[in-house]
Amino acid sequence: MGNWFKSGSPWIWMTGGAVSISLIAVLGLLLMIAWRGLSYFWPAEIYQWEMQDQHGAKYTLIGEIYDTEQVPTEQLLSAGHVFKEAQGDTVTRYLVKTGNREFVGLDFRWILATNIISRSQPKDIAVMERSKNGDFYGYPVAVIENGKRLNFDNVEASFESHIERAVVLNDKAVDIQKGEIGSINYAIEKLRLQGRGYELDGELTPVIKADLAHKRAELQVQYLIVEKQFFELRKEAGRDSVVIKDMRGLEVTLKLGSILDVTYSNRLGLLDKLGHWFVGVGRFVSDDPREANTEGGVFPAIFGTVFMVMLMAVIVTPFGVVAAVYLHEYAKKGPVTKMIRIAVINLAGVPSIVYGVFGLGFFVYMFGGSIDQLFFPEALPAPTFGSPGVLWSALTLAILTLPVVIVSTEEGLSRIPSSVRQASLALGATKAETLWRIILPMASPAIMTGLILAVARAAGEVAPLMLVGVVKLAPTLPIDMNFPFVHLERKFMHLGFHIYDVGFQSPNVEAARPLVYATSFLLVTVIVSLNLTAIAVRNHLREKYRSLEQ
Amino acid sequence: METQVKQPDSKAHNLLMGRGPSSRAIKDKLTQIGVTIGGAMVFIALLLIFFYLLYVIKPIFDDAEVSPVSSVDLHDSVPALMVGSDEQNEIMYRVSQTGRVDFYDVSSSKLINTQQLEFPEGSQVVSSSASVPSEQRFAFGLDNGQVIIAGIEFAVTYPDNNRLITPNLRFPNGKAPMTVDEQGQSINNLAFDYSSDKITFAYQGDDNIWRLSRQEGEENMMTEEVEWSAYSGIIDDAPVRVQQQLMTPDQRQLLLRSDNKLFVYDIRDVEAVSLSQVLELGRTGVKVTNVSLLAGASSLLVSYDSGLVQQYFQVNGNQGRQYQEIREFINHGGIKSVAAEFYRKSFVTISDNGKLSLLYTTSQRKLFSKDFDLKNPSTLGFSPRSNALVVEADHKLHMFSVSNTHPEVSWSAMWSKVWYESYPEPQYVWQSTSGSDDFEAKLSLMPLAFGTMKAAFYAMMFATPLAIASAIYTAYFMTPKVRSFVKPTIEIMEALPTVILGFLAGLWLAPLIEDHLPGILVLLILLPVSILTSAFLWHNLPGKAKQYLPEAYQELMLIPVILFVGWFSFAISPALEIIFFDGDSRLFITNELGFTFDQRNALVVGIAMGFAVIPTIFTIAEDAVFSVPRHLSNGSLALGATTWQTLTRVVLLTASPGIFSAIMMGVGRAVGETMIVLMATGNTAIMEWSVFQGMRTLAANIAVEVPESAIGSSHYRVLFLAAFVLFIFTFIFNTIAEVVRQRLRERYSSL
Repeated sequence: MGNWFKSGSPWIWMTGGAVSISLIAVLGLLLMIAWRGLSYFWPAEIYQWEMQDQHGAKYTLIGEIYDTEQVPTEQLLSAGHVFKEAQGDTVTRYLVKTGNREFVGLDFRWILATNIISRSQPKDIAVMERSKNGDFYGYPVAVIENGKRLNFDNVEASFESHIERAVVLNDKAVDIQKGEIGSINYAIEKLRLQGRGYELDGELTPVIKADLAHKRAELQVQYLIVEKQFFELRKEAGRDSVVIKDMRGLEVTLKLGSILDVTYSNRLGLLDKLGHWFVGVGRFVSDDPREANTEGGVFPAIFGTVFMVMLMAVIVTPFGVVAAVYLHEYAKKGPVTKMIRIAVINLAGVPSIVYGVFGLGFFVYMFGGSIDQLFFPEALPAPTFGSPGVLWSALTLAILTLPVVIVSTEEGLSRIPSSVRQASLALGATKAETLWRIILPMASPAIMTGLILAVARAAGEVAPLMLVGVVKLAPTLPIDMNFPFVHLERKFMHLGFHIYDVGFQSPNVEAARPLVYATSFLLVTVIVSLNLTAIAVRNHLREKYRSLEQ
Repeated sequence: METQVKQPDSKAHNLLMGRGPSSRAIKDKLTQIGVTIGGAMVFIALLLIFFYLLYVIKPIFDDAEVSPVSSVDLHDSVPALMVGSDEQNEIMYRVSQTGRVDFYDVSSSKLINTQQLEFPEGSQVVSSSASVPSEQRFAFGLDNGQVIIAGIEFAVTYPDNNRLITPNLRFPNGKAPMTVDEQGQSINNLAFDYSSDKITFAYQGDDNIWRLSRQEGEENMMTEEVEWSAYSGIIDDAPVRVQQQLMTPDQRQLLLRSDNKLFVYDIRDVEAVSLSQVLELGRTGVKVTNVSLLAGASSLLVSYDSGLVQQYFQVNGNQGRQYQEIREFINHGGIKSVAAEFYRKSFVTISDNGKLSLLYTTSQRKLFSKDFDLKNPSTLGFSPRSNALVVEADHKLHMFSVSNTHPEVSWSAMWSKVWYESYPEPQYVWQSTSGSDDFEAKLSLMPLAFGTMKAAFYAMMFATPLAIASAIYTAYFMTPKVRSFVKPTIEIMEALPTVILGFLAGLWLAPLIEDHLPGILVLLILLPVSILTSAFLWHNLPGKAKQYLPEAYQELMLIPVILFVGWFSFAISPALEIIFFDGDSRLFITNELGFTFDQRNALVVGIAMGFAVIPTIFTIAEDAVFSVPRHLSNGSLALGATTWQTLTRVVLLTASPGIFSAIMMGVGRAVGETMIVLMATGNTAIMEWSVFQGMRTLAANIAVEVPESAIGSSHYRVLFLAAFVLFIFTFIFNTIAEVVRQRLRERYSSL
């Protein structure tokens, strides 16, 4: 044994253990996010429990199991819980999501296994996804159409067709609200700014004034027409209701207009569940968030992230490539190059929040404030570019990711054999021509790699964005159908910030948690796959130049 | 480009290329210039960040500026009670001790209005008293036992879109004098304060006895009329000879100064006044010249004929709240007069020889000091916005403009303990905002810097051993095949958004650790033990059995062992909790061990941020170990050293600068990390090293507070300073790391 220790072998094993721990941590983390994120869309088993509490009162619970844990019996005893029979060391406790938020107060509750009398999985329990107040669990009894109670033989079929009708109508209403009403409001606001602009220039003649007023009146007429349509659709959609028996045994009437979907989870086979799962994933990435972001989809966040990152890529690529070309092709080795290299390393090492502070002070307040005074005086004191927005976010992140592009491009440049350059120069090409025609095309995969890595970095960065443009709920996307179509001054939503916001700022963290996992999984998938792509491109490149050098 | 490529000067060439060589040369040159500028941009970007941050920070360290605006000859020779100006600094006023109020226009230096308070016939003014500056109110005591209260008022109107300020007097209690002393004794040495439902007077009657009189108003619920009831009392142990008498605006304390003694009376109940403290002011040989209240009226400023100014405020002690000397300021020349700002803790002093000094108590800064050659200065007063100062000297009224934007911030206030009002002792406090109006921002960066260090320390404690051991194993012992999988896997974690790590730390890890504290403890012990045990078992495994196990994946065989140990530790956690910690380890820690336990504590942050830092350290350290030239280790092995000896004495020694630079990079990353600490700590600015408590770091603080701070305010600039501190800190660490790495690279290439 002493010899064994002397040989150093145990220490080698210890270092091996460290590798194993790191691996477990990385893979475990990724797997856990994937598992929790993906299982969110899987239709859960719905249970009905017959319960009896410690005072002997009996009641029924309907819901799905969220979490299970073992609690030391003593903890419960000291908390004042009374058991009828002696218990073991620990008692099982379930976290149950009961839904029906407006009727039961809390839609999550902990139940003790010792209080359960029986548990069943009735096939007829329906889960209703609603636009307000979260899910509802219960047995559909009847449909009320236009105030008349329909007692069809097949309640369920009529229920589903009625829901479909309401959903279609609601979608139309939302389209009008976002499309036409939004456009008219935008146009009216533009008119107001136009008038204010004339006024500031001292050119507001009565003719122009009358013209503007005329245009505004026209828009208002249009607005009234569209608004009427909108309200009619809303009214139509809210025509029907449904009667449902909930877990208290009471019949509850719900407006059909607020129900988005109904599922009989306990009836679904594996294939049906898979279908549901795909539909769930699809809706998650394409829907707008609801209920203070704790439900619904994350489409605006995806859109905002992608848009901001693309804008950033457009800004960062030329600068990064030029800087790398300078460092590798033009700069002489000397103190200046050394300093620039240290600057690159430091840009990579400066905490991202510092970029946020810089971006807020320099870009938003100083730069944006000047732009406002020069070009948008009519909107003042309301800032146009002088408040956080997607353009400033992209610029801030462009500085942040500059080193990534530089380092990656430079690596690509250094892999191009110097014989290629010498051949080009020997054939009479100037250095610029060599650069444009030979070197940059050869380095383009490396530039791509740098770009992908930069995009991956930018997509995951949240701290600076909190200062320069991200909001929890943006009413409009940065791109819409109103001229000039791209609105760089608007604030935007971001997947990473969505995670922070929903996970830590929402009123009902328990209900929002699965959604945060799903969002996390989405973000991780995007970033990890971007990184893997970059690694693959880089490896491919290495192989290619290895053969060139030989 | 070092050398311009010379083009052969031949026409054939020109024809061949279709373009003149000159245009090509120009393009070449342009490209060179463009690329050079582009390269310099990186450097410029870094400099821009540096200098922009400095540009924002600089004003907080700038001194204040005081400069004369105008002066007016006085039209009244009676000594002044108070002087001041309106909010716009257009009109100065002067209240004389006999009740004459003069208003002077600043721009034209002319008297524009004079009002004389009307006193009942046959009565004489025997005393006068001014309230705290922010109320702009004063009172006159008459020899018939009556008092009249008045105040200054400026009405702003906009005839023809031009601002017009009209000065006036207002009488909160009506123009008629109030009878204070029922026996009609004269009101000598008056002190008073007024609020809408309470008026208190303290005075010395003809018999030299100090008396108190209070009117308390109560609104009648039915008639909505205010009914006043009067109370009066006598202070029997009061000194007879009193130079100064002050009442706090809350009408709870009366301060009487008799030479160098200050008597503090509790006058909450005027019918039962008690002496709460007798304060011996000053040193031997110096005489008190003035006592005045600082803004907020919690502090006293005591000035002396030697130029000393002392700040006193009440501190909770054994005998209740007692006035105590807090700090002192030294001026040259005896202090003639002192004036405090309306809302901030700035004050201005003027000495016999006309030297004007602007000081701030909390930050202990002397913001301005200049000799303005004012002869016989007497009375001082700030304007309501504190951007102007009115001084009476040499029978003239002078107005000075004051630019004093960030007096509350000073280097010492940010980095050393500061004794704030109503705090029991000097402390490091970060408390930037509060609900109340007269709140003084406490901007000590110390707790935040401490929190940053603490978070980085625990993260490095967790990450350094793991990352470096992993790097050593991966670079030195691992087979290339496994390495090509393991290295990118660990490195991918670098790309993992920290917001996700923070979310998991805050919502998953923190409750998990809280519930399984004994399990964590067991895990810490069992992990190394189980690894060593498996190593020993492997060592003693018969050779035959070893053949069946794949040699190349030796390191991965530990994974199931570690997984099992992890599961086992968590599984026995509840049982251990019952046996050793009475079923609740959290309670045990709080009650038996006496630690405070936060759910989101340094342990959680250490683990979560450790994971974020591991890939940074791992990558650089692995590179450093891996690129140690093979011939060095081969030589060592050939001389008979074991692999472990070779590793520790040759490879690690050679790679140590690289490992050092890896750790530096790791620290740099841990210090600046925002999202993890934001989400995994409670973000309370406390200074405790305890692993079970949270912290607030510079970065998280910036993320939380910058969006809410007003542009250009002291708070905003201090937050920029916090960012600058982070910037400099990481700059130093990164630069050291990079320089070390560049050296190492040169050394390797020479080996």
